[in-house]
Amino acid sequence: MDESKLHIEDVYKSYDGKVILDDIDLKVSKGEFCSVVGPSGCGKSTLLRLILGQEFPDRGRIAIDGEPVGTPDTHRGIVFQRYSLFPNRTVLDNVLLGKKFQRGQWWNPFHRNQDDIDEAMSFLKKVRLENAADKYPHELSGGMQQRAAIAQALIMKPPVLLMDEPFGALDPDTRDELQVFLLELWEQQELTVFFVTHDLTEACFLGSRLLVLSQYYTDDRGLDAPGRGGRIVADYPLPSVANSLEIKDDPAFQRLISDVRNAGFDPRVRQHVSEFNLTHSDSFQTVLPDEYSQGTGIRIR
Amino acid sequence: MNRSQLLGIHARPGRTLRIILTLLPFFIVIAAYLIASDIRLTENPSDKLLPSFDSMIEAVDRVAFTADRRTGEYILWQDTLSSLSRLALGLGLATVCALFLGLNMGAFPGFAAASVPFMTTLAMVPPLAVLPILFISLGIGELGKVALIFLGTFPLMARDVYMAVRRIPTEQITKALTLGASELAVTYKIILPQIMPRLLSSLRLSLGAAWLFLIAAEAIAASEGLGYRIFLVRRYLSMDVIIPYVLWITFLGFAMDHCLRMIIKHRYKWYRSE
Repeated sequence: MDESKLHIEDVYKSYDGKVILDDIDLKVSKGEFCSVVGPSGCGKSTLLRLILGQEFPDRGRIAIDGEPVGTPDTHRGIVFQRYSLFPNRTVLDNVLLGKKFQRGQWWNPFHRNQDDIDEAMSFLKKVRLENAADKYPHELSGGMQQRAAIAQALIMKPPVLLMDEPFGALDPDTRDELQVFLLELWEQQELTVFFVTHDLTEACFLGSRLLVLSQYYTDDRGLDAPGRGGRIVADYPLPSVANSLEIKDDPAFQRLISDVRNAGFDPRVRQHVSEFNLTHSDSFQTVLPDEYSQGTGIRIR
Repeated sequence: MNRSQLLGIHARPGRTLRIILTLLPFFIVIAAYLIASDIRLTENPSDKLLPSFDSMIEAVDRVAFTADRRTGEYILWQDTLSSLSRLALGLGLATVCALFLGLNMGAFPGFAAASVPFMTTLAMVPPLAVLPILFISLGIGELGKVALIFLGTFPLMARDVYMAVRRIPTEQITKALTLGASELAVTYKIILPQIMPRLLSSLRLSLGAAWLFLIAAEAIAASEGLGYRIFLVRRYLSMDVIIPYVLWITFLGFAMDHCLRMIIKHRYKWYRSE
């Protein structure tokens, strides 16, 4: 088994005969901040649900830390766009919950472990919520709720932190603030993050690696060949942004974004599979025997 | 522009006007009763249909504050006690059963497959139609009445709890699992506390039905109870007892509803505000 945190190979997924994910091969190393973008319908949410274990692939293999994934468990942390926090618990209780489950004491209302509380408070301090520990989620702003949700996930020290458009429901200023905050946290805590978003700027700003998932590409099967779904059409490292929002106005950064938009977001501009920019060192593509048997005759590399 | 206080969809009644409007229908009903009662009593002083306030107060004094000559008991309080204990037992059992059944139906699809169609069917059975069956099989003692209240409220409450569980976003369940929760923990630590206020709301809505079935059961077979008394004195056209009893039952129902509402409001501050 290789050293990668997340390993996905030959994964296919379809709903009602419509192929959503078409042969996904992906490897994510420890400490990577992996941004996943793509047009709507490209299957990025499906991919996240597969990694999370909410759904299972039709074919292929998904492993975290070398172990095949099953239903959701502590092998991955998750921050959703909404509903990550439990509305009936205070912020501190929300963060403490994982610890209670870990100690097998969730059924005991009198259980109190000072070490756990101290640890939860230190995580709340990291997300700058130490003054809101006794507040209920509905008393917090959207940005504070998402920071609490991040602390709630991080206290379990998951091998991979999955994030499903976590800042999608926030106003632009709060979103910028949380992006910088998340980058700092990623550097401090050496997290491995798998960040799904539909916002290209956000993806390019945050990621150390960019994955573009898209159904807009061509191969030798012809333009309207049936049974073709979302594929990774670009996979390359991103330059470090020095945690400064100013880079968003930088011409080079904006050129990068328009390149990505051309590569995967425009139905009229379709790259051929052989033109994909898959230059990240972890990128790999396998070819299944039945792709030859279908007579396509192409070799994807 | 001036906003109308009373008319139109943009009206915004002020505080004083609101209080006046609240009291108005009550005042009209009471006034209408007094006038009608007065007209009938001047025609025929021994009329029993619309008794005057004085004779009602006298009747209340007799049933509530004078010990019964035969048994030495205060009839109203005795009736209240036995009715309320039946209500509490029937509704209490229904609430607890509805909670656990609804919770497991909502959380475990296998369990739901086996029970949801059955519960839907059960909810369709008119409880009053099975009252004879209950009395025949369980006897006309306390058990039959409690069973009627239970059957009349339990299926709908269980369904309500089931729906409440289904409405909890899957994100919450997934999140709990990634925090290391077992399936048991998800059910009883994550879902259960979140549906408690919904259960209490459901209980509030079931109060009316529970009172209906209680009075019905007591009217048919009982030796004491609020419903029993009303139907007993009906034979003597004792409107002076029936009307205070009805007002008392209304007050009890209102008080119970208010208590539940206050519990939901203060105990579950996060509810509704999510």
